[in-house]
Amino acid sequence: MTAHAFTLYDTPLRALPSGALHIPGEAALCVSDLHLGKSDRIARRGGGLLPPYEARETLARLEADIFATNARQVICLGDSFDDLAAQDSLGEAERLWLARLQAGRRWIWIEGNHDPGPVELGGSHLAEMRLGALVYRHIAQKGAEGEVSGHYHPKHRVSGAGPARAAFIYDQRRLILPAYGTYTGGLSTTDPAISALFKRPAIAVLTGSRAIPTPL
Amino acid sequence: MTPLPPAFSDWFAARGWQVHPHQQEMLDRAGEPALMLIAPTGGGKTLAGFLPTLAELATEPREGLHTLYISPLKALASDIRRNLLVPISEMNLPIRVEDRTGDTSATRKKRQRVDPPHILLTTPESLALLTSYEDAPRMFAGLSRVIIDEIHALAESKRGDQLMLALSRLEAVAPGLRRVGLSATVEDPPALAALMARGGAPCPVLQADPGPDPDIAMLRTEAPPPWSGGGGRYAIGEIFDEVKRHRTTLIFHNTRAQAEIFFHHLWLANTDDLPIGIHHGSLSREQRDAVEKAMTEGQLRAVVCTGSLDLGIDWGDVDLVIQVGAPKNVKRLIQRIGRANHRYNAPSKALLVPANRFEVVECVAALEAAKAHDLDGDPRGPGPLDVLCQHILIRACAGPFDERELFHEVRSVGAYAGLSRAAFDDCLDFCATGGYALKAYDRWQRLIKRPDGLWQLRDPRAAQRIRMNIGTIQDTDTLKVRLRGAGKPLGEVEESFAATLSAGDTFLIGGQIVRYEGLKEMTVEVSRSAAKKPRVAVFQGTKFSTSTQLSSRILEMLLQKTWPALPDHTAAWLALQRELSHLPSHDRVLVESFPHDGLAHTCFYGFAGRNAQQTLGLLLTRRMETAGLNPLGFVATDYATLIWGLDEVADPAPLLQDKGLREGLDEWLKSNAVMKRTFRGAATIAGLIERNLPQARKSGRQATFSSDILYDTLRKYDPEHLLMRITEAEAMRGLVDFGRIEEFLARTEGRVDHVRLERVSPLAAPMLLEVGKVPIVGEGRERLVAQEAAALMAEAGLDGL
Repeated sequence: MTAHAFTLYDTPLRALPSGALHIPGEAALCVSDLHLGKSDRIARRGGGLLPPYEARETLARLEADIFATNARQVICLGDSFDDLAAQDSLGEAERLWLARLQAGRRWIWIEGNHDPGPVELGGSHLAEMRLGALVYRHIAQKGAEGEVSGHYHPKHRVSGAGPARAAFIYDQRRLILPAYGTYTGGLSTTDPAISALFKRPAIAVLTGSRAIPTPL
Repeated sequence: MTPLPPAFSDWFAARGWQVHPHQQEMLDRAGEPALMLIAPTGGGKTLAGFLPTLAELATEPREGLHTLYISPLKALASDIRRNLLVPISEMNLPIRVEDRTGDTSATRKKRQRVDPPHILLTTPESLALLTSYEDAPRMFAGLSRVIIDEIHALAESKRGDQLMLALSRLEAVAPGLRRVGLSATVEDPPALAALMARGGAPCPVLQADPGPDPDIAMLRTEAPPPWSGGGGRYAIGEIFDEVKRHRTTLIFHNTRAQAEIFFHHLWLANTDDLPIGIHHGSLSREQRDAVEKAMTEGQLRAVVCTGSLDLGIDWGDVDLVIQVGAPKNVKRLIQRIGRANHRYNAPSKALLVPANRFEVVECVAALEAAKAHDLDGDPRGPGPLDVLCQHILIRACAGPFDERELFHEVRSVGAYAGLSRAAFDDCLDFCATGGYALKAYDRWQRLIKRPDGLWQLRDPRAAQRIRMNIGTIQDTDTLKVRLRGAGKPLGEVEESFAATLSAGDTFLIGGQIVRYEGLKEMTVEVSRSAAKKPRVAVFQGTKFSTSTQLSSRILEMLLQKTWPALPDHTAAWLALQRELSHLPSHDRVLVESFPHDGLAHTCFYGFAGRNAQQTLGLLLTRRMETAGLNPLGFVATDYATLIWGLDEVADPAPLLQDKGLREGLDEWLKSNAVMKRTFRGAATIAGLIERNLPQARKSGRQATFSSDILYDTLRKYDPEHLLMRITEAEAMRGLVDFGRIEEFLARTEGRVDHVRLERVSPLAAPMLLEVGKVPIVGEGRERLVAQEAAALMAEAGLDGL
């Protein structure tokens, strides 16, 4: 696993190739936009019946990252569930799995636009939180400093080197995480919704089998 | 002999027309439950199909739908309507004709369901949609005849399967329905007839007089064609002279991108200001309509086009067809040539313009095959299950159904005659529950079984979503292109192409050069540009591969000592290939290695057909990946496989070793882009992925995700799932031709001629332009991304990070 190490407001950070953010000084792992229960939500609304395996796939990757980083606290940066009802769709196996991951760790659910209400699973539920010099919230705020957020599912493409990949984006002031959930797509970093949030020089870190930094 | 009603014979006589023998025979045998007519374009085929309907309705006027006419193209339906209205109004017949396509207004559509016309002209997709309504039985109750036009074109794709399934529904509603198929020249008429007949019943085939042999030749040009290149630009002058010599010329190209470039250059050469137009599937409907209208009115001297003009629309006075690029397929060539000279018994005139030297060889082979009436075609497989899944969902929209009845109905369709009950049940289970090993959708099943044993939609609102996604045409995701400020769409480009554009880039669309300004709400905004040289829009287009028959004719030709049948420049080119490298032969493998564009290229000539060459590409790249040669991608043609990568292939012999070739193939195949592409198609048709959603597409695209993710998830957690089986069966049919690979390896027995060159060889040059490149996702690509990214970081002065 080749991570990309950098600092934001003097906080050392590591962008992992999986799309999770490791904060070594806090023994914390931060992931955004898990969108658990997405297949259930689509089916409930009369759409296609997607393969119902995305929760276990997402949890399996999360578990691997937690163990690899020895994280003592886990921050889920919002849109952890595709909607509030999607929590009920988690099977017994997935609930137990989540409980096992939570055991002995501080677990924070930051609220997102898909899951604005309280979560019935263990852990604390917050609108946003401050950890050291950084603030963690779901959607980036205008003019914020030292901010870590998600929401936009950024993906970035290096021209001449294949399709776009989910990517971290950061500049001097803020960091946006890629979507971690299995059933998530991405928004191109060229979209003004994303690019307008950053001042050059900004860096995109591609995810994949290794984390690859490239200028935005 | 069934006499024509007097009004008809008078009308024919007044126009100085005679009833063609095949038109009379169609009338005589109008009572046949199924009948297929094979006639060349311009042979009065459509009238032959409609004559019995017109006669029946003229002698016994009645209310309600009598005849349903189905064509593959919307444009064809409205064209036929115009043509039918002439005899109907001139003979004052009590017959109402209407068309119904995706373009018909909602009010009109609604009215048609309540009060259908006597003759309804439609497309397979619109018909499938009609059968999904609860009132379908009432609308189709009196239906007496179904005419399927250009059935040869429909039968080549899943649209044909969907149409035949829809017909089985109509048959259930209107028993005794008569079926008529109209087809251009095909290689195996009985096979086509069997697809159309109901439940294995006979379907006699009528052959119209094919008319005189077409007059086809290769265009002689001052300048020789280039070694490689696809546009036929070198021949612009001569082509322009031909356009001037004829009334109306159709200029066919194999791809949309080529048509665009060619049109651009033809326009620059058009010093006489002749009215010429362009027509292809990526242009906006308004633009295509305008060209079609000008064409029918005889206002255009030439139209540059692609397959979108292939079908039998009556374009008026076309007296010359020019095919730029090798026709790749003799049947298609003959059908295209049929576009010229719409007068019966006058030979059609066509010119072939090979785009490069290799295509000269292909064109000569195609001319010989056409002279010998040697048509080609691929045998069809059994009815595809993804189409069946969609059919089951459509059936559910129309109301509760009994599974046994539906099963029997489906089995009455030729392509599904061999469908097992187990396979049907799998499809039904997929539609109802998703068909996963993990039973997750107990609460949210799509279909539920009622206490009385009938199946119905759980949520009736799902019907709308299903209806919005009816159809089997797989197009890539495209974005509309508009001029900034002006609202008029110019056409469409693929999303993947749009993603590579940055502000200021120029590209060609609809024959004009435009500058990319930005993306606004899923529309590409452009402005007019005065640039001389554009970046060219790349369209996925249709990949034509040369038929097996043609490719063996070509190998024969290469093996000749001298080439008297070929123009001097091409003979000299082959001689040069022989001198610089080798010419491929039956009992040895020719392998050429050369650098190109900074990457190591290796070309393997197997002449094993495209499927086998494609599979060979997968096998070889797997071995190259294992050997650490970092392959990045490959492309296959009927003759060869070209692989490129970061490292040079020093010795190709071990790569071609027979032993262990199959080992590990399965895993490698399953992770390949070809499989993912196939999966995407199947999953969309079967209703797992919805292309259209009730609310307009969201502007934030983080909501949609790639079907590759679904494929990877299923591969990991549910590899035996129905859709994986469908994907595998389909991909294997188009991919693995293992028998031919083994035959090729056996006949060459490791006798490898490896030629290392400084640059691309004469024979390999055309390969560089092939479309349908397959990326290889391996260590090489990872390295490439890392290198590119590092270079960018260094350039931006950020390499300390």
